[in-house]
Amino acid sequence: MTVATRLANAGDLASLRQKILAGRKSTKIAISVCAGTGCRAQGSMELFEEFQRELQEQNLTDVEVRATGCHGFCEQGPLVVIFPRKIFYRGVKVKDVPRIVEKTIRNNEVVDSLLFKDPATKKKCLLENEVPFYAKQQRIVFRNNGKIDPTQIDDYIAADGYAALAKVLTKMSAEQVIEQVSQAGLRGRGGGGFPTGRKWDICRAQPGDEKYVICNGDEGDPGAFMDRSIMEGDPNSVLEGMTIGAYAIGASRAYIYVRAEYPLAVTNLSIALEQSRSLGLLGENILGSDFSFDVEIVRGAGAFVCGEETALIASVQGDIGSPQQRPPYPAQAGLWGKPTNINNVETWANVPVIIDKGSKWFAGMGTEHSKGTKVFSLVGKVLNTGLVEVPMGTTLREIVYDIGGGIPKKRKFKAVQTGGPSGGCIPESLLDLPVDFEKLTEAGGMMGSGGLIVMDERTCMVDVAKYFLAFLVDESCGKCSPCREGVMQMHSILCRIVQGEGREGDIELLEQLAAYVKESSLCQLGGTAPNPVLSTLRHFRNEYEAHIKDKKCPAGVCTALVEFEVDEELCKGCGLCMRDCPTEAVIGEKKQPHKIDVELCIKCGVCYEDCPFDAVIAK
Amino acid sequence: MPGEKSASVEEIDVSAARKIAAGHRAQGNSLVTVLQDVQTEYGYLSGEVLEAVAEEMEVPFSQAYGLATFYSSFSLQPRGKHHICVCMGTACHVRGAANILEKLERDLGISSGETSEDLKHSLESVNCLGACALGPVVVVNDAYHGKVSSRDVDKIVADLE
Repeated sequence: MTVATRLANAGDLASLRQKILAGRKSTKIAISVCAGTGCRAQGSMELFEEFQRELQEQNLTDVEVRATGCHGFCEQGPLVVIFPRKIFYRGVKVKDVPRIVEKTIRNNEVVDSLLFKDPATKKKCLLENEVPFYAKQQRIVFRNNGKIDPTQIDDYIAADGYAALAKVLTKMSAEQVIEQVSQAGLRGRGGGGFPTGRKWDICRAQPGDEKYVICNGDEGDPGAFMDRSIMEGDPNSVLEGMTIGAYAIGASRAYIYVRAEYPLAVTNLSIALEQSRSLGLLGENILGSDFSFDVEIVRGAGAFVCGEETALIASVQGDIGSPQQRPPYPAQAGLWGKPTNINNVETWANVPVIIDKGSKWFAGMGTEHSKGTKVFSLVGKVLNTGLVEVPMGTTLREIVYDIGGGIPKKRKFKAVQTGGPSGGCIPESLLDLPVDFEKLTEAGGMMGSGGLIVMDERTCMVDVAKYFLAFLVDESCGKCSPCREGVMQMHSILCRIVQGEGREGDIELLEQLAAYVKESSLCQLGGTAPNPVLSTLRHFRNEYEAHIKDKKCPAGVCTALVEFEVDEELCKGCGLCMRDCPTEAVIGEKKQPHKIDVELCIKCGVCYEDCPFDAVIAK
Repeated sequence: MPGEKSASVEEIDVSAARKIAAGHRAQGNSLVTVLQDVQTEYGYLSGEVLEAVAEEMEVPFSQAYGLATFYSSFSLQPRGKHHICVCMGTACHVRGAANILEKLERDLGISSGETSEDLKHSLESVNCLGACALGPVVVVNDAYHGKVSSRDVDKIVADLE
């Protein structure tokens, strides 16, 4: 950090920004190495260190190397972007570093083999925004991810960070802030979609001086990881959003509740807290104003139900995370019985941009009732997995095919699952659906926190329903019986169906139970728990019927209903399945069609997944 | 459970747990935070340790035990020298995580949630690690392995020493 002295007023912040920017003019080239969890898993930190070492060795001291937050295109990691040209390298390894430094840094040449090749056009993409995965995105929440070093508040300030807070503290009343957020049409990105401005207003209107703000970073939906990337990659944007919200609501203390599984998010948030405190952007009399505010991190301990507001509050208080009856709502009596406002990470990260660029600008993006952008985690059976930020109203087809590149191995698309365990599966016939809060719900899905899990012809929808119910049985807190017993009962019926023991009338029984559980559960976990079953029944009823009546699993997933066979015409005798079979059930000579010994086969499905020629078939 | 002592387990020194609890109590931090730090210190939460923490925090033992069993990140069993965690999130599930977990169970000879008798390996499945783009994901002693195939499992197991 350049300066560690407190900023006495908004003018100090502006001068600090000027000073940082002035100091950076000489550094023309910057190497940004993605240090998100995905790229780290593929060795990006070793890469980062190697760049540092190589640059030092070659005495290239004016070149900056930056470990940034997640760039989003995890599938192709580790990712490296060379600024200012934004040359995009993918799948970079430590051994590539000397070549990149020699060619690109020293001689402004491109290392061809590290460029992304568009599978559709077979053309190589030089720049980040030429890559189809990025070309259709609009990065508002992810404005800084991939550009700034999240452990350096200077980087955030240089990118106009905390300018919105300064504006709020010097020029806006609390009412004006709420008005602007309301007019922008921002809705909660955690799943509920409740209008953020109205939520703040309700909390502000409560009597009493002691109020709390909470950031829900308990991203529990399996398949969603955008909040993680924001907390890891741009923690200050969350803190700035929370500070602005607290000013509007009249709160002076806040908590960020971070999932147990996100240690890097805790580390980067802690660094951001420390740095913003030392600059006086948190703490007493922020930027010399009358407003004082501070934030504390609470680590979650692993419970899906803690994503629910009242359960989360209980957990912050150190209790078992079990939900409470509402009303009273947290806005009336939340943390320690005081009015409390909870928003999720992505919602908070939107706030500074809305203040900065105005409500009209924000409301200019999206659909009639869903404004702005949404970050989706595009994962599962799709070519380009990663984090995708698009304006609300973008169709599922654009996301899955134009950005996601479609389904790997030329297999057929079956469904996209949205909204986590509370959501549902959307079939191919609805792919042209513009994604917003209302449209997804109408289709039997849900916005949720934004997980989009793509499924292909080899995904069994009954198995998917069973998977989610097993998840919910595990995560039900056990407080109310409709959820505790009902979901378990539904799960056992599904188990029986996939085992080939489904009975006539099971589908109707599932529907009946679903209605009870939905109606009578205490919180939204139970209230939405039947959704995975209902939505798969709605769109894929024939698969249930095939399991129950014909004792077949059309996708070849449910092992009790499947026998694997080798298609002799397709088999090239490569031996891959033979090598991987745990029970030596695959027999045959090299380059000759193989066979599966049904007696030895334990139906683990390894050969079925393995075969590069799709020669193993499920019957 | 409290007071239950197995002959094979050495007496556990609970003084570190008491110290951690006392420190947090002075700062007004919650019992969950105390248990998290105590687990980091000991690797797991034994009955003796939970008793000591409850006493130090002046709460009933049942409260500490309740939290330790409610939240999934707490373990009442010692973990192995190598702790292997298989992500069972939706993205990993549709890409065959169940097969990966089954293979690990077969290869290590323990079921998910168990620790081998020699305390060498422990295996656990988690609901989502948030590295969904890389599914199926296996984490071995905090090191992430992405896009894991059954062949990778052979290598992962062979590398455990």
